Amino acid sequence: MCDTCGCNITDGNRYLVSPGGRLEQTADGRAAVTVLKSLLDENDHQAMHNRAHFDARGILAVNLMSSPGAGKTALLEATIEALGDRRRMVVIEGDLETENDAERIRAKGVEAVQIATGSACHLDAHMVHDALHRLDLEGVELVFIENVGNLVCPASFDLGQHANVTLLSVPEGDDKPAKYPVMFRAADLMLLTKTDLLPVLDDFDTVKAEQSLRLVGSAAPVLHVSPRKGSGIDHWVVWLEGELIAQRARVAAGTTRRPAIQSAGATLHAAEPAAGVAAHEHPHHHGHEHGDPLTHPHSDDHDHEHPHAEDHRT
Amino acid sequence: MHELSVCQALIQQLESVSAANGGGRVELVRLRIGPLSGVEAALLRHAFPLAAAGSVAADAELVIETAAVEVQCADCGARSPAAANRMLCGACNGYRVRAVSGHEMLLESVELSLPAAAYA
Repeated sequence: MCDTCGCNITDGNRYLVSPGGRLEQTADGRAAVTVLKSLLDENDHQAMHNRAHFDARGILAVNLMSSPGAGKTALLEATIEALGDRRRMVVIEGDLETENDAERIRAKGVEAVQIATGSACHLDAHMVHDALHRLDLEGVELVFIENVGNLVCPASFDLGQHANVTLLSVPEGDDKPAKYPVMFRAADLMLLTKTDLLPVLDDFDTVKAEQSLRLVGSAAPVLHVSPRKGSGIDHWVVWLEGELIAQRARVAAGTTRRPAIQSAGATLHAAEPAAGVAAHEHPHHHGHEHGDPLTHPHSDDHDHEHPHAEDHRT
Repeated sequence: MHELSVCQALIQQLESVSAANGGGRVELVRLRIGPLSGVEAALLRHAFPLAAAGSVAADAELVIETAAVEVQCADCGARSPAAANRMLCGACNGYRVRAVSGHEMLLESVELSLPAAAYA
């Protein structure tokens, strides 16, 4: 989407491609059309629509991404137990096949829609849109989107969420961020899961895991959780509550937040003379967005090693 | 893995660029892909003919420019090249950097066989 650049060619300005027009013919008699749009323009457009849908209802949408088996569904089960009586939530589950995960969520008393992607390795904004129409969003405050277990493809598709949470489970090894930089750069929060296994898998170094995240250029906070043992869930819930407050403040101010999903459209606008705007920020966030420490580096009040995330939006 | 769906989205865009510009056939497609985009140029090249078959871009040449990863340091202000999994300032080694280049997943331009309508 790049209406601001005036680079969308329509019937109204087709004369531009005529000989002598601004868009010159090439030497071999072709019309050269400058497009400058993200390859995922259609998806990005749908994602914007989804986000507007969430914002209109004051809902916070969180996208959970990880390898298969890192514990996304277990995290959601623990989240429902800890938060379910205070906050109304729904879950969108993405998997190649089966309703298993949605059934686990429903067993906890929360409405869930399963998207079976067939062989697709990621969710896209259209799938999420269809799923939203199958959910009753009345009074809902939180929408969790559990992406397909995959550390590659989901990082490229904006779904309309406000925050990305990337899970790294202890058995996967502490160098995962270095191996999958695009995914971990997209994270607004990294959750180290299955931490109850740390005493057994003693070659996993939690300091190294965090350093590995810093090396891919992320200042995202890191929380340690073990949904199975219930440890660290309180910190995760505090983070969620903080995000919910931030989302309500954005809604009240008429702004929104697009997480650090890679976007070529934003790269375009990075060329604009707006110092301090990160390449992955959508331009209409200027001056409103304090959620991205890379955009607004504030070394004094943001301690990247702080185990609690409640102050990182302030 | 998702390069085929990216290519399918690209073909849709090419169809509408062509339709908006007189319906000429797509002769050349210029993309700009950065290493932080999550898309592999080599896989896109393989997927493109499959996605393009039978479309207005069936015979199009695909030109992919790769963008280098470049970061700007928030601490010392230096701009330096970096690697995807080593996003550190080349000058002061700090990690408070923002990527100024490398995220690109862009359809830059298209060359169409010139439609008669454009001469009107």
